[in-house]
Amino acid sequence: MAIILNQKASSLGSILAQHKEEILSEWLREMGGATRRSDLIKASELESQCRRFIDLIAEATAAAGVNVQSGTFDSMRDLLADISRSRASQGFSSQETATFVFSMKRPLFGAIREEMAKDLNGMAAEMWNATELLDSLGLYTTEVFLKVREETIRRQQEEMLELSTPVVKLWDGILALPLIGTLDSARTQIVMESMLESIVATNSRVAIIDITGVPTVDTVVAQHLLKTVTAARLMGADCIISGVRPQIAQTIVHLGINLLDVTTKATLSDAFSLALKKTGYTFTRVQKKEKLSEEQ
Amino acid sequence: MEKIPILRMGEFLLVTIQVDMHDRLALALQDDLTNRISQTGARGVLIDISSLEIVDSFIGRMLGNIAAMSRVLDARTVVVGMQPAVAITLVELGMSLAGVRTALNVDAGMELLRSSEDSFEDNRAW
Repeated sequence: MAIILNQKASSLGSILAQHKEEILSEWLREMGGATRRSDLIKASELESQCRRFIDLIAEATAAAGVNVQSGTFDSMRDLLADISRSRASQGFSSQETATFVFSMKRPLFGAIREEMAKDLNGMAAEMWNATELLDSLGLYTTEVFLKVREETIRRQQEEMLELSTPVVKLWDGILALPLIGTLDSARTQIVMESMLESIVATNSRVAIIDITGVPTVDTVVAQHLLKTVTAARLMGADCIISGVRPQIAQTIVHLGINLLDVTTKATLSDAFSLALKKTGYTFTRVQKKEKLSEEQ
Repeated sequence: MEKIPILRMGEFLLVTIQVDMHDRLALALQDDLTNRISQTGARGVLIDISSLEIVDSFIGRMLGNIAAMSRVLDARTVVVGMQPAVAITLVELGMSLAGVRTALNVDAGMELLRSSEDSFEDNRAW
């Protein structure tokens, strides 16, 4: 059975090898219609991709039949992965990427029909082989495409996480954490760790958590904020929460969240002046005073 | 049996925990410390836990207890130098050590003890 299958498969390979140029031009014409995005990919590049694809598929089917999982298809898979990856970054949709493979069906079937016109059974079998082969290759293309997209999303998420938790030193002994975006437990953990480590590193006595950029504060977010404040207190630093917007103040009270143990301020500047007071700094506006005394 | 040394610095007692705390050691420390406070009439206790890297709920509770006991004996307790990981663990365990005052390092802790002579009820550093 395996031998028969192989013979059939290799006949697909020979058909591919014989009608290479024909299939290629037909295929390019096929793609020239609905799916070719001349704005995204150059004709010459597309042609070289197609040519390489046909070369590889003819080689692989001649050697291993239509068993896509076999090792002979490795270079084929690599090529498809490369194509998918470049398509994903060029901005093709997943449908357009998969159609690259699927649009080869019509020219390939045409070649099979021509070659095996006398042997109807053989033709049906070849057609089936060809369909199976192209389907699995097309699905593989889509899979790689999605994987690339997912990788991009995951990387961006990580970058966002790092971007959104900076610890800023405002003054000697005063740190600020401007939080942007929703606080979930994973982010709270990162915020807490980076804040506590900065407290130790900079020997800070006050940390200001600014929540101006936090869109909503529900019980979970409040819980996370309280945890952070408590952890800072355990380390010996004082925490001030600033940037509480009116709506957030209302939600906090409506939800019955107890923030009485925490110092809260409406703006970062209020919090900063309180922090300066707590660390023992006083500010005077020298220039202004002089001017005033001159006027007097 | 190993023991955690309690040093006397003027009217304050200094406890530096430099080994892994296990339960028996913590109980012994509680015993020793209360005895020393009543013997010396110390006004404040400073517990340095900067070398402590692992805590569990028992040790957390011990710290709270020691602070409460010292308060009964009229001595203030300051816990200094808590590691970030320890702080996070205690918070995750739900222990905020509400009655315990804290400071970043021994220096800040001593300052806190000296300055808070009159503001005894105030939990905060300033």
